[in-house]
Amino acid sequence: MIETPQNVKSPHQPEIDRNVKISVRNLYKVFGDQPEAMIEFVRSGISKTELLEKYHHVLGLNDINIDMMDGEITVIMGLSGSGKSTLIRHLNRLIEPTAGEVILDGEDVLKLTETELREVRRKRMSMVFQKFALFPHRTVSENAALSLEVRGDDLGEQQSEAQYWLDRLGLSGFEDSYPYQLSGGMQQRVGIARALCAHSEVMLLDEAFSALDPIIRSQMQDLLLELQRELNKTIVFITHDLDEALKLADHLVILKDGYVIQQGEPQQILLHPSDPYIEQFVSDINRARVLRVRSVMKAYDGEVRPDAIMIDPDITLEQVIESVNGDTSKHFVVAQDDNPIGVLSMHEIMIAMVPRRASLDGLDP
Amino acid sequence: MATYTGFFDMLGLRDWCDSEKKPSLLSLRNLKGEELAWYEFPFPSLDNLHSACNAIPQTRDMTAGLETGFLTVRPALRTVLDPLTQPLSWALDGALTLFTTTPWWALVPIICFLCYRVSRSASVTVLVAVFMAFFLFTDHYTYAMQTLAIIFVCTFICVVLGVPMGILMSKSDTTQRVVTPILDMLQTLPTFVYLIPLIFLFKITEPKLYGMAIILYAIVPVVRLTNLGIRLVDQSVIEAAHAYGLDSRQRLLGVEIPLALPNIMAGVNQTIMMSLAMVVIASLVSAPGLGTLVLDGINNLRLGVGFVAGFAIVLLAILLDRVSKAALDRINSAEAKLK
Ligand SMILES: Nc1ncnc2c1ncn2[C@@H]1O[C@H](COP(=O)(O)OP(=O)(O)O)[C@@H](O)[C@H]1O
Ligand SMILES: [Mg+2]
Repeated sequence: MIETPQNVKSPHQPEIDRNVKISVRNLYKVFGDQPEAMIEFVRSGISKTELLEKYHHVLGLNDINIDMMDGEITVIMGLSGSGKSTLIRHLNRLIEPTAGEVILDGEDVLKLTETELREVRRKRMSMVFQKFALFPHRTVSENAALSLEVRGDDLGEQQSEAQYWLDRLGLSGFEDSYPYQLSGGMQQRVGIARALCAHSEVMLLDEAFSALDPIIRSQMQDLLLELQRELNKTIVFITHDLDEALKLADHLVILKDGYVIQQGEPQQILLHPSDPYIEQFVSDINRARVLRVRSVMKAYDGEVRPDAIMIDPDITLEQVIESVNGDTSKHFVVAQDDNPIGVLSMHEIMIAMVPRRASLDGLDP
Repeated sequence: MATYTGFFDMLGLRDWCDSEKKPSLLSLRNLKGEELAWYEFPFPSLDNLHSACNAIPQTRDMTAGLETGFLTVRPALRTVLDPLTQPLSWALDGALTLFTTTPWWALVPIICFLCYRVSRSASVTVLVAVFMAFFLFTDHYTYAMQTLAIIFVCTFICVVLGVPMGILMSKSDTTQRVVTPILDMLQTLPTFVYLIPLIFLFKITEPKLYGMAIILYAIVPVVRLTNLGIRLVDQSVIEAAHAYGLDSRQRLLGVEIPLALPNIMAGVNQTIMMSLAMVVIASLVSAPGLGTLVLDGINNLRLGVGFVAGFAIVLLAILLDRVSKAALDRINSAEAKLK
């Protein structure tokens, strides 16, 4: 596990101190008839395949520890079957764990009574699903207002609240349509409106955009970021797509076979993959478009070349290259609010764009 | 000398055998006094053993014993079942009175209107009106209304009891495992067999006798299809309901039943058709209606009477099927789009 380096700030968020909103502690999940009996084997390091072949139990999650910060987007990424859906369903306890804790604002979700849990689900956590999971027999507006209806708010309030979010999400005029009358992208907007209507602090999105066409998908990502800038929710986002993960993540968690293989600030994971599995993921990425100046610059040591061009820490390498028309002789000084915080050369930019193998990690500056 | 006499002698049971002094009824073969041929070897059945040993009962003693046993528990069963089933008698009597005393010029339009409300189909409503005219014209109207009244009451009770039973089954695999064989049995028993225990239990003049027979037979599909319908509801929608904190009542009424409705309605349609089938047979146990005419036709070899009544039953079947199918289609087309 790699800690987020303190000097690297999230690209999307203003710098404020954040609290841990959800803390997952030593979480294990074994599927099968006698999961408790299997925990000892899992703790002693049995592999997923061995557990399946010898004991006919499926290892869903293996010793998960994640801190999800208030107001941040935590992205959980992994290939299909790596346990992403299982993990996110533990946060609102749609799945009961075999062992471990899920702490929401200091309170263990797994110890809540049924009534308390329902309250949490109604008011504090909302969820968006890969297959939308809208109620097919209800109108768009009724779907959006679900959580308000469940709480027992009065009808007028339900409608005006639903109307507000449907308008925000570009669904004006479709209030009385049924989900089947909408395209996939629009259905998922209804799914998001349903989640936003709940006014919950936490939003869980399980591959929310995976079923959508690439262009719609990109639009939805922008929409989510735009809403997030305004609403500052704690978002847990599941995806199997690294581009999507890098676009959205403040904190990136990579799952493989049910365990966390690396987690941290996404740019750091990109620059320092800890495992060949992650390298594979990372190697296909357009690094110039993803990497930001802040992640690759050298710390400012008081010396600046006289010909250095001043650049912003949060622009991407692609933007830097474009600004100097690809002139490889250039040098830059990275400045925030007119204070120099780092230096960078085109030479270093070029090197940063070549994927590095985990074994070379130590040679990094 | 019976085949097994030696066997009992050998076991030293002769005294015990002869202790029973009751004169035995002779079996058919003994009556004729035939000797056994060399290749015949009688199976040690109750009757054959009895002829060798009086203490062993004959088969007819067994059936008689069963009957006596049944008659002894009958009062106890009746004290429990009578109050429970009495409302059924009242409902049937009430409905029969209502359907037969309401003047035809009021009842026929009401029925047509209700059919329209349920089916939303003008052609089906016209069909109903034409069939009603046929019943009226051929003087089968009162009989048809009696049959219809019984079907109404029994279907209503089947739905009121069957849907909750189906819901319980869908919620628990154990309940499903226990109930399914009972439903299988109710569905496979020949319809006549239903009548036997019921005749013992209730007086033949009581409407609840045929009411029970019809309900037991016709409730099966609505239970099965309610269970199936709820189990088939899209699990991702149910998961969303859980995720947004719907409690079990909200899930049931807000999601599961609305989405299971096409299947439940298909069950109701089958229940109606099975009620009709059984109400005809139940004329054997004094159920009024078209069935009595068919019975009359059979018993007294009145071909014409039986034939016309049979035709009227076919019309009634078409009528009930069309109306309930039209209602089902309406729900289906609304739901099909939702899929
Ligand atoms: N109910 C279940 N019973 C048994 N195995 C399960 C169950 N749910 C998930 N699994 C297994 O757990 C693993 C993780 O599944 P999942 O969380 O759905 O993965 P992902 O969402 O990353 O594709 C898979 O190997 C899957 O087969
Ligand atoms: Mg999944």
